[in-house]
Amino acid sequence: MASIVEQKLPAEQPNGLRQFVGGNRASLGTLAVFVVMMVIFFAFAPRIFSQWPIYNSVLQTLPVALFLVVPLVFIVTVGEIDLSFPATMGFSAWIFALVVQAGFDPFLGMIAAVIVGMALGLGVGIVVVYAGLSSLVATLGMNFLLRGLIMIPTEGKSISLSSLGDTLAYNLFSSSVGGFPIQVVWAVIFVLVAIFLYNRHRFGVRVRAVGDNPDSAAQMGIDTKRIRVATFVFMGLGSALAGVFSTMINFTWWPSAGDAYLLPTLAAVFVGGTPTWGGVGTVAGGAIGAVIVSFIQTGIVAGGLSGFYVQFFNGLIIILSLLGHRWNQIRYR
Amino acid sequence: MGERLIELREIKKSYGNVFAVGGVNMHVDRGEVVGLLGDNGAGKSTLIKILAGAVRPSHGQIFVRGTEVQGWNPGKSRDAGIETVFQDRALAVQQTIVRNIFMGREITGPFGFLDVRKERSEAERLMREIGFTSKVFSPDSIVGQLSGGERQGVAIARAIYNKADLIILDEPTTALSLTETEKVFRFVRTVRESGRSILFIGHNIHHVFDIAERFIVLDRGRVALEVTKAKVKSADNLIAFMEHIAHPSGPNPLDEILREKGAA
Repeated sequence: MASIVEQKLPAEQPNGLRQFVGGNRASLGTLAVFVVMMVIFFAFAPRIFSQWPIYNSVLQTLPVALFLVVPLVFIVTVGEIDLSFPATMGFSAWIFALVVQAGFDPFLGMIAAVIVGMALGLGVGIVVVYAGLSSLVATLGMNFLLRGLIMIPTEGKSISLSSLGDTLAYNLFSSSVGGFPIQVVWAVIFVLVAIFLYNRHRFGVRVRAVGDNPDSAAQMGIDTKRIRVATFVFMGLGSALAGVFSTMINFTWWPSAGDAYLLPTLAAVFVGGTPTWGGVGTVAGGAIGAVIVSFIQTGIVAGGLSGFYVQFFNGLIIILSLLGHRWNQIRYR
Repeated sequence: MGERLIELREIKKSYGNVFAVGGVNMHVDRGEVVGLLGDNGAGKSTLIKILAGAVRPSHGQIFVRGTEVQGWNPGKSRDAGIETVFQDRALAVQQTIVRNIFMGREITGPFGFLDVRKERSEAERLMREIGFTSKVFSPDSIVGQLSGGERQGVAIARAIYNKADLIILDEPTTALSLTETEKVFRFVRTVRESGRSILFIGHNIHHVFDIAERFIVLDRGRVALEVTKAKVKSADNLIAFMEHIAHPSGPNPLDEILREKGAA
């Protein structure tokens, strides 16, 4: 038997590929789900899926989902949940619409929307973290509250922004280059920055530490409350960007803006392989999860099934993905 | 003995009119391993919390390297080089060894991004320093995959990175197998050899006897015995004494042994 006093340098360097696979099990699993799903779609509707328009229609709306799903991965990792982001998205987009409607440059509107989004995130975060409320219930309440604050003064009326198309901001953020929606590029940049933030930045590792073991993190001098509030501020930032982009894509702001994103975004986080218990997660997986969720809807209709099947397949994919991750991941205690 | 690292004088802590700690005098010198023993409710954990600065004593003085420190708190405890490794809430088990060692004190480059390479090599250095190395894990291994003894190694490596001079180990070998306990002992010995001190708290008197050089036995908030290993001779003598204070009947079994030694 080898003596325990034996001292050796740590291991042979782990094989690069194996380490990559081991460290990215969840997101690679999600990618596998996506590939399988696309193969099935292809098999059922080869003609539609071998042509560009279907991808174009997914890519139009996908960026909005990406701006939402990425910060939500941070929130779930830190051990919280946020159901108020749809209203935050609608609220900041409203600010954007008002600024543009008043004749100011859309850039100014974007800055205002981002500031308002982050301020709302800060407010939600403070209510949840410092008042010690359950984030599930408190953010549900905040979602109703904020949506109400939108509905009361606007009386449910939308704002049309037809002048938006001629502006530099629109060309930069929302136009299409050779049939390719340019907002995808911005969303991908956002995702990539967030991946680094999550894995290679002080903020990301502290989010994971707090979600994993708050006692330990606090003992090591991490201000756990501040980190948790910061994830909500980040969510506010993502919601504001999502709101602005969706308004620019549609040239219109609706008072219900954001509402439709609540459940698909939540689904995307968990389909993406971020577990519910906190401490670990994957931004890349969440992004792929958003792609999956976006494709289910488009794919099923395009595949020739009636729209009535969409919900059924949505649910099926979510359950199958969760079962897959359950088998793929171990929860360490 | 080396420099007097920390000294407590007449430390008391009362909750209402119940004294959890009722006038404790103790010290830890540089480079020694002190075992702190005592039954449940003897005041061990209150004393640890006082040392960590988490609990403020209601009475008494604390000296760090010979000078009294006023307004003792967690920050001052840390500045004094005291690091407490609490039993089970010390580590984030879903994170890697590297992430645990640098938790709260990440090595960063520009814009707060991590200097991953530097962290890894620093972690390797720390792990080598306490003899915490293996073929089966690397600094990038998840802590949840490690055994109980190895987890203590991670916590100790982190304490050393945080420049601790006195590492308080709260029940580090409770619920560990013999092999795992031996691993923890190896870390403790290496840490002592580097001139740092350890305060080792445990239920298992045999464990504490094996690793410590001096013992402090608490009983109902007071120091019932302070004795060196040379004087007490065996773990059995220590156990006999602890049974004596728990169920006092007849003479103190240590009296004879200590008197002998004193006479010699």
